[in-house]
Amino acid sequence: MSAITAESRPTLAAKARLRWDRQTSRYLLLYPERGLVLNPTAADVVQLCTGEHTVGAIVDRLAAKYAPQPREDVQREILAFLGRMAERGLIRSGDE
Amino acid sequence: MSEEPRPYTLVAELTYRCPLRCVYCSNPTDWNRHADALTTDDWLRVFREAEALGVVQLNLTGGEPLLRDDLEQLVEGARRLDLYTNLITSGIPLARERLARLKALGLDNVQVSIQDVTAAESDRIAGARTFDRKLEVARWVKELGFPLTLNVVLHRDNLDRVAAVIALAESLAADRLELANTQYLGWALVNRRTLLPTREQLDAARDVARAARRRLQGRMEVLFVTPDYYAEFPKACMDGWGRRFLVVAPDGLVLPCHAAHTLPGLTFDNARARPLAEIWRHSTAFGAFRGEAWMPEPCRSCDRRAVDFGGCRCQAYHLTGDAAATDPACSLAPAHALVEAARAQALEPAASLTYRTARVAERA
Ligand code: SF4
Ligand code: SF4
Repeated sequence: MSAITAESRPTLAAKARLRWDRQTSRYLLLYPERGLVLNPTAADVVQLCTGEHTVGAIVDRLAAKYAPQPREDVQREILAFLGRMAERGLIRSGDE
Repeated sequence: MSEEPRPYTLVAELTYRCPLRCVYCSNPTDWNRHADALTTDDWLRVFREAEALGVVQLNLTGGEPLLRDDLEQLVEGARRLDLYTNLITSGIPLARERLARLKALGLDNVQVSIQDVTAAESDRIAGARTFDRKLEVARWVKELGFPLTLNVVLHRDNLDRVAAVIALAESLAADRLELANTQYLGWALVNRRTLLPTREQLDAARDVARAARRRLQGRMEVLFVTPDYYAEFPKACMDGWGRRFLVVAPDGLVLPCHAAHTLPGLTFDNARARPLAEIWRHSTAFGAFRGEAWMPEPCRSCDRRAVDFGGCRCQAYHLTGDAAATDPACSLAPAHALVEAARAQALEPAASLTYRTARVAERA
């Protein structure tokens, strides 16, 4: 498993699927026998994990959206989140 | 319990029929008395009603779900409802073309079970020559771009080979490996004397699984489901009665767990006769063991009652004769001696195995 960096182009793992949940008005990330409730920020990130965008580009985009939060903070949070998701096998770094 | 219970998972037991005869099959021993009563339209309505109630995960299982000719239609309907759909199968009988069709229709995940790591042993437990074909099916699953879950039920005769099981799962590029210790209900209870492992076997296997989980993190999820016969406290069976799971049996009975209809004194509603939402919220069977009001001592005043909900109702009934007893797997249960006695048998030579048949089994 390679670590996720600003240059990675992360993708959602084949086993995971994003689904809107009417009951909680949140996105759920579903995978075999389990599901995660995503907060709105996490859902924004996951929706950009298509393999097209680098983490850097995802950060740019979301930093603009979450302004005035400093870009470094947004990057740190997103890298930490993606790292945790990669450990669970839900996000691929795209580097392998 | 404050929040209203919401079912997240629908377990659709499409049929109890199966070409295999596994000695630990969790289907009821009188499975042959339960016909496949739901039509394609009935199932599609059940899926719709379940989704409306909050279900997001659908397990298509059995028996062997591949025996339903309308599996394609059911998968298609499930996908239309955006359910995460998991096919739980022995892999028999399946052609690659059919699997490709299911992929195109939106099936999300395939779980294939094997019984052991060699054909001889696997086929002995399954009571049918199937191992080589199962491996072939597992390879198709990956080739077609599905995530693969490999499921292996563990017991006395294969626990010592957990390392080889993990190696096989790696060679198949499984995404998830379920090392599921036998739950002693259904046919497994009939064969418990022969299947129950020793504590040493279990501890060794658990260590192997733990090391593999660390090594394979992010690549393959390694799950080790501990057997509660050797735990201090029972598991939260089904995450608690009527809290997260809805099971619909082949005959249409709506159940809180796949063995609930073996409990006497409860009347279960049929999905053909009553809307699912009403059954979930108001049926006496779903209400019977929800919450804490039903609990006996020592559960009633125990700190863990919101963690394990007093354990498994079916295990309580099948071991003690009282479905409302504390699960005897719990070390605090008045009837715990029953489990200790069963454990003592794990040190004795094995008895012969009873294969799943259409005849109702006698308790060994
Ligand atoms: S446990 Fe074996 S016999 Fe029972 S349904 Fe599964 S494959 Fe068939
Ligand atoms: S006494 Fe009841 S609630 Fe407490 S650990 Fe045992 S089964 Fe769970």
